[in-house]
Amino acid sequence: MSTAPAIVVEHLRKVYGSGRTEVVAISDASLEIARGEIVGMLGPSGSGKSTILTAMALINPPTSGRVTINGEPALEGPRALVDLRAFRRKHLGFVFQKANLIPFLTALENVQIALEVNDVAPRAARKRAFELLGYLGVEARAKNLPTALSGGEQQRVAVARALANDPTFILADEPTAALDSTLGRQVMELFARIAHERGAGVLVVTHDHRTLDVFDRILDVEDGMIQERKDHRDSPAGR
Amino acid sequence: MNLAIRDIRHNTGRFAFTTVGIGMLLMIVMGMGGIYRGLIHEATLLVDRVGADLWIVQGRTRGPFAEISRIPGNLEDRARAVPGVAEARRFVSHMIQREREGRPLRMVVQGLSWPEDRGDWVPLVAGRSLRQGHYEMIADDSLDLPLGTKIALGKNQYEVVGITRGMVGTGGDGLAFFTVGDAMAIQFDQPGEAIRLERAARRARVEAVDIGRQQPLFLERAVGLSSGIPAFATPQVSAVLVSLAPGADPEAVRRTFETWPDITVYSTEEQKNLLLSGMVDKARRQLGLFRGLLIVISTIIIALIVYTLTLDKVRDIALLKLIGSRNPVIIGLILQQALFMGFAGYGIAWWGGQYAFPRFPRLVLISSSDLASLAVIVVVISILASFLGIWKAMRIEPNTVLAA
Repeated sequence: MSTAPAIVVEHLRKVYGSGRTEVVAISDASLEIARGEIVGMLGPSGSGKSTILTAMALINPPTSGRVTINGEPALEGPRALVDLRAFRRKHLGFVFQKANLIPFLTALENVQIALEVNDVAPRAARKRAFELLGYLGVEARAKNLPTALSGGEQQRVAVARALANDPTFILADEPTAALDSTLGRQVMELFARIAHERGAGVLVVTHDHRTLDVFDRILDVEDGMIQERKDHRDSPAGR
Repeated sequence: MNLAIRDIRHNTGRFAFTTVGIGMLLMIVMGMGGIYRGLIHEATLLVDRVGADLWIVQGRTRGPFAEISRIPGNLEDRARAVPGVAEARRFVSHMIQREREGRPLRMVVQGLSWPEDRGDWVPLVAGRSLRQGHYEMIADDSLDLPLGTKIALGKNQYEVVGITRGMVGTGGDGLAFFTVGDAMAIQFDQPGEAIRLERAARRARVEAVDIGRQQPLFLERAVGLSSGIPAFATPQVSAVLVSLAPGADPEAVRRTFETWPDITVYSTEEQKNLLLSGMVDKARRQLGLFRGLLIVISTIIIALIVYTLTLDKVRDIALLKLIGSRNPVIIGLILQQALFMGFAGYGIAWWGGQYAFPRFPRLVLISSSDLASLAVIVVVISILASFLGIWKAMRIEPNTVLAA
């Protein structure tokens, strides 16, 4: 496994519009997430969390700044330095507020497709997908369509899909927002386990203050600026 | 993993209804081609089956299928005398419409040159060919005249002794075969009063001239049968059909006939071409245009369906892009579904046609070449139709999934 940080974001700036309609979404954001580290990102609506997240996901290039994943520069301002789709396939995993499972594929196939698009042979992809579902405790639902799964089960399948290609870095956008507190906690602990056991960097954007203790670090985003929270495990919310 | 099949399996009902709709549309496209083929088949059926090598028709005319052709019946004797001619037959063909059991009965009256031609070449599905010179007929089953039926035509009754199937004229009406004599009797039948008036007029015309006043026998003859007056021509026929002797040179025989100024001679192929260019050409163009229009409409409908199905999958396509799917995976999903709908629709069209087309009032003839060309057309229109969906899919941004 590479010793390079999972992701490094340097002096990220994102401006929407121009002239009188110009809006600065991110003024100057930098962050680094190591492999095996789980980081929480908090901030009010409109603070720029989503813009940072989409830039890190290589789907919304910044106006300026650099994004480096696993030691390889991927974005230099709006300019792609690599094939972004191939890079996402290889290095990134995504989990969203809604599971976003493909409705016409079973739980197993939803994981399998992520492997097959990365050129894993169908038989091997199926085997690995089943292992991942087992790792996340939903192998019994492998043949079920998403509509037959509970919210928690769907989210676990989505996590399995994100893990499919052993990503360097996992981006989770409010993954517990649609879950009750117990399930939400389980999912957050799952992310922590993934980071620590599998050595992936994990960034979780969340509003859920009850689960902050699972994070190794917490980043607060406000007005397009990132600030790291000191000693969050000692804070009342973090305990 | 084939995403297209899984999506179709998941939305079976929706795809089934859509495909049935496309299938019905393609069935009409298929039927249009079949109607055209049927038209040609029916138009050329008689010319093909009657088995003549040369058609002798009235001079400077295009023959009985293009315009009125009248030649003396005894021309067959002249034709038989030409070296290389094996057989010459009188050809009489005309259309009649009568009432039968309150419904119109249209038939093409076809004369067989009795006694040489008893209709042995006519393909029968029941009964027999003609065995006597009068009052028997062979009817096509489309006329709905069962064996043994007796039908009054003119002053005589004719009994159905044989049944054919699919023997129809250029207009799609069933053929009825009689001896030439009977066919002409039906054609030239006149009411008794009309005959009496004609004879009285004839007598008056003869009385008005000196020879009628001087020769009473003339007056007597004038009011008798037309066939008893030598000055009157024998009844005329539409054409004389010539069959060549084995080994005879068709061109040489033809050149001989071409020296006769009172007639025009055509080969069977020329007669068929005249028939098709005259009668069928406009119908062919009309059906062709209609067919083209339906193909364009089918393409547009499939394109809109594929586009709608793509819109339904915007989030899924965005997700596939986000997790790094290559474009061919997404294009394959849309293209395969379009092709599936096209092929399944084609299958439904073919299957439905097996049941529907035989119930059409006129022959719908689906040829293998038409089926093959329609299959190619379906592939092409499915591919074209998928372009709109593919265009939409290529414009979907991966971050759409975050917005969702």
